[in-house]
Amino acid sequence: MTDMTLPKTTARSLDEAAAAKRARMDLISAVVRYSLLFGVGFLMLYPLIWLVGASFKTNSEIFAGAGFLPESPTLEGYIQGWQTSTPYTFGRFFWNSFLIILPKVIGTAISCTMVAYAFARFDFPFKKILFGSVIAVLLLPNVVTRIPQYILFRDLGWLDSFLPLWVPSALAGDAFFVFMLVQFLRSLPTDMEEAARVDGANSLQTLIFIVVPMLGPALVSVCLFQFMWTMNDFLGPLIYISSVDKYPVSLALKLSIDTTEAFEWNRILAMSVLTITPALVVFFAAQRYFIEGISAGGRKG
Amino acid sequence: MAQVQLKNLEKVYNKTNKVVHGINLDIKDGEFMVLVGPSGCAKSTTLRMIAGLEDITGGDVIIGGERVNDLSPSKRQIAMVFQNYALYPHMKVRGNLSFGLRIAGRPKAEIQAAVDKVAEILEIEPLLDRLPKQLSGGQAQRVALGRALIKNPGVFLFDEPLSNLDAKLRASMRVRITDLHRQLKAEGSSPTVVYVTHDQTEAMTMGDRICVMQAGRIMQVATPKELYNAPANLFVAGFIGTPEMNLVEGAMEGGEFILGGQRLALGNDLAARLSSQPGSAVLGIRPQQFSLVSEGPALQAKLVNAEFMGHEVYMHADCEGRRLISVVGAAEFEARGQSEVIRLRPDPKTLHVFDKSDGRNVSLHGGSIAA
Repeated sequence: MTDMTLPKTTARSLDEAAAAKRARMDLISAVVRYSLLFGVGFLMLYPLIWLVGASFKTNSEIFAGAGFLPESPTLEGYIQGWQTSTPYTFGRFFWNSFLIILPKVIGTAISCTMVAYAFARFDFPFKKILFGSVIAVLLLPNVVTRIPQYILFRDLGWLDSFLPLWVPSALAGDAFFVFMLVQFLRSLPTDMEEAARVDGANSLQTLIFIVVPMLGPALVSVCLFQFMWTMNDFLGPLIYISSVDKYPVSLALKLSIDTTEAFEWNRILAMSVLTITPALVVFFAAQRYFIEGISAGGRKG
Repeated sequence: MAQVQLKNLEKVYNKTNKVVHGINLDIKDGEFMVLVGPSGCAKSTTLRMIAGLEDITGGDVIIGGERVNDLSPSKRQIAMVFQNYALYPHMKVRGNLSFGLRIAGRPKAEIQAAVDKVAEILEIEPLLDRLPKQLSGGQAQRVALGRALIKNPGVFLFDEPLSNLDAKLRASMRVRITDLHRQLKAEGSSPTVVYVTHDQTEAMTMGDRICVMQAGRIMQVATPKELYNAPANLFVAGFIGTPEMNLVEGAMEGGEFILGGQRLALGNDLAARLSSQPGSAVLGIRPQQFSLVSEGPALQAKLVNAEFMGHEVYMHADCEGRRLISVVGAAEFEARGQSEVIRLRPDPKTLHVFDKSDGRNVSLHGGSIAA
């Protein structure tokens, strides 16, 4: 009996030892992996962290070192930056940005949905050529069309207004969004739309009552992208808008670099922080839909 | 009046790919017509042309005496139930049911009353405030049915409505749908039903008449009983009935069917009806029409496999290199099916002889076999 139990115990203790070893290895590997991830993540986020930290520094301290913690935190940058060197406060520029973004986002959502619906669901003459040209526009560098567009809008007398920024988007000028929605629509089953047709809905009613609700996540992504891109757009407003009272924040930031002889870096940094805040807030608020939208897969009806 | 007529109906895709070859079909008012066939036989395409979801390339669809080729689906007095239910995912059941009426701009009280009535008939009242994703398959199919019912249409179109359900639920929904049709008929609204399925059990149990299709052509239109007892051709014979009808090739000679080294007398009736000239033919025997005998004229076959189904046994036997399936009662199998070589005697009254070249059932009309 005794020599029967002995090997058993040994085997068990061997098992236990192996299990303990495995657990230890797992722990070490987890620690290594997470410290690596944390390290690289921190490295990549550092400029942003530095920006936030530096916005609370005094002007002289900003270039004194690479650390991000301010020695004597101050709100001076924010207060003076908000005042700006123009007759308007920074609030005015935020308002201008808002005035550009809101119609542009709404226009994009409506026009791109209609165009995408047509491409995805209807047969019409020259459909292939037209869709091909949409894709071609997608591949065309933006700068190529800048000058013809500028001349066109100048002849229309739209310079120094928001119209050149609104109108192309309201006419589904952003090929990327059309493409994205077409792809999403293609992944949706057509049964629901056919059921709606049998129920007596016309094409527009089908689009509004059936297709748009199903497009929800994709539309959220479209709006988010358009919001962020417009918020960050520098070249568009720079070309078309010349009066300071119509400047959006992207131009206003540059304004503070232009007009002062010695750059007040803390003001610029403080306003930069404010400028990226809305985009960040909106992104995190809508993150769930956003990811659902761009990973556009067909769902079961 | 909601009689449905198809006249020389054709469908061609991309100008060259013809999938429906000039179909003619008369569906009577209040009739339950089942379109059945293997996948790809264009039965769904035909249904969708009746619905108006598919353009008609040639011929006419006539509903209630009116040519509807160019009418939109909503103007054809039809309602349709889809295979995947096609419920609007963002609307509650109530919204799904009432969508058509709301689009038509009916008064709220009327919509409410209609929804309540349909919900009561289909027993879906507790589900009215749920979203489609909160429904089980059977519930979703009932809601889809309700969405068709609420319109009080002249013609119901069903596109394989039960194929997403499990076997048990399918059987109960089958009865529910035919019950509903009978109930509506009793109430006097007498709706016509066109029901597409690939499942011959559904077709046989539900249809007043069945239209068997293959590759865009109609093979036979008849009542379930007639289809089973008098299949017009080889395709129908092989398609209808479980297990499948045994179809064996052989030669006809002097009122006897020659299969390898064996001769089978066709019986006086059949032999007299068929002309005496010899030729090769296909003999059709339903598995249920065999009986096991210990002596007398019969086909001798080697028993290969026996599937015990409870009250009956499916016997797979090898006869002159051809597989024969026969269904016999369990008691009969116990008594005479235990030996290696069995003797199978078909009932001569139910034999079918098909022309090998064109598949016609020549035993039906006293036709002749092409030499």
